[in-house]
Amino acid sequence: MSDAPAAPPRVSAEPRPAAEPRLLFTAPPVRPGWRQAPARVGAMCVVELQKLRHDRTELYTRAVQPALWLLIFGETFTRIRAIPTGGIPYLDYLAPGIIAQSAMFIAIFYGIMIIWERDSGVLTKLLVTPTPRAALVTGKAFAAGVKSVIQAVVVIVIAALLGVGLTWNPLRLLGVAAVVVLGSAFFSCLSMTIAGVVLTRDRLMGIGQAITMPLFFGSNALYPVAVMPGWLRAISRINPLSYQVDALRGLLLGVHAHLAADFGVLALAAALGIVSASALLGRLAR
Amino acid sequence: MTPPSDPAAEAVGCTGLIYSFGDTRAVDGLELSVRAGEVFGLLGPNGAGKTTAIRAITTLLPVPAGMVRVFGQDVARDRMAVRRLLGYVPQQLSADSGLTGRENVALFARVFDVPRAERAERVAQALEAVDLADAADRMAATYSGGMVRRLELAQALVSAPRLLILDEPTIGLDPIARTGVWDRITEIRTATGMTVLVTTHYMDEADQYCDRVGLMHQGRIRALGTPAELKAQLPADGGTATPPTLEDVFRHFAGSRLDKPAGEDFRDVRRTRRTASRVG
Repeated sequence: MSDAPAAPPRVSAEPRPAAEPRLLFTAPPVRPGWRQAPARVGAMCVVELQKLRHDRTELYTRAVQPALWLLIFGETFTRIRAIPTGGIPYLDYLAPGIIAQSAMFIAIFYGIMIIWERDSGVLTKLLVTPTPRAALVTGKAFAAGVKSVIQAVVVIVIAALLGVGLTWNPLRLLGVAAVVVLGSAFFSCLSMTIAGVVLTRDRLMGIGQAITMPLFFGSNALYPVAVMPGWLRAISRINPLSYQVDALRGLLLGVHAHLAADFGVLALAAALGIVSASALLGRLAR
Repeated sequence: MTPPSDPAAEAVGCTGLIYSFGDTRAVDGLELSVRAGEVFGLLGPNGAGKTTAIRAITTLLPVPAGMVRVFGQDVARDRMAVRRLLGYVPQQLSADSGLTGRENVALFARVFDVPRAERAERVAQALEAVDLADAADRMAATYSGGMVRRLELAQALVSAPRLLILDEPTIGLDPIARTGVWDRITEIRTATGMTVLVTTHYMDEADQYCDRVGLMHQGRIRALGTPAELKAQLPADGGTATPPTLEDVFRHFAGSRLDKPAGEDFRDVRRTRRTASRVG
């Protein structure tokens, strides 16, 4: 209708006749500040889901280990009845511990991933976008959470197939997802913090190997705190994995748990992890 | 400290920029003024301080306030505002190989707050602008080096930056891919009028594609002007039948120091090692 925009000159022999990329001439509007951080976290989670959609190999291979734990360790110790579980079958007692363990193994990998992204230039490019470091780290932490939740679903299905009496109450399952996300956020930030200190993949892989098993065995994932010697009990008290397992047991099995304290500790641990990993992220950028 | 009369006409301004890594002074009192709308080439051998200067301008390195400005905004004070003006393509080929080309660009649309309503269209236009529309839904892992570089251009362009910064954009590419990358840069710049700051050590590329070049050596600009001006400055030493090239100019201004390996930047070495260890 209107003649206002000057008609583009008729170009005769233009080799690239594609429509003008008009959107590329104007910068996008600036989102209000309070909506930026959630948007960044969302962007990182979307990327994680896209990657999983393209390549599900990791999902399958990572299901093997928890399946073996439940099938071999769980079934055997259920028969031995050596571990006091408060009246529930040992396999049921173990299942939440294995969910927490497999989520932690995924999260611990994020430090290695961020070093890989630094080496490949991907991280550098993201650091030049209007994304505060804390938002970037939080995004990665929640992306680890998303991946862990998917992994947790796999373990829950395996456990259900083995006859573990789990809850199907949707509210409780939502609580399970929240616990898994918070725990993974902490462990991924722990890993990214160490990455910011050691700076190379090889060192981090060694440290990752060295801490995951002690974190696992030094928690209530396999046995109740009550049967631990005093020193291990002390470690278990400061180990966020114990709080994660306690909450998962309470939610999935309906046994007595300290849900408020568990959520509080996990949220605090995740927050501290985000702060420390963000503070050290700059070291990876230099 | 006083910026030029019209700060909007200056895309990048560096005033006495100094940056050291330990004992090595990578950038040593750099004075730089890139005009809005030009293609400015920062030239120099490995270790001249080009990448360090770029990292200071892109807010990656902590520099004191007052040293670096992008369109009048101080890099130290208005970090986020500066980043919104920038499109950045680093030296390494850095696409996420676990995603498709389109998803790689969409990530950058998201982190630059492109509204959902126009995201898909904007991403498509960015891919179209770098000739990747047909390959957009293939995994980036299947891309050639030249395609990855063009994909990175699309990632940088999706937010319509006012300043495009390219660090050695054609390093490691074959001649045809190099031309492909430069043609896209030239087209986009003609269409949008954005400022382009590029580092390179390929003198022929600088000669062909840059409006002005700054020859950098040991942390400072040693000569500045259009490629033609610089070549004209070269004292006629007679006898040579061939007209001087930018390389001759460079040898003239950097002098014999250019031949010494002392200037090798340890950061370059470190990056090469990293790359080597990644590749295996």
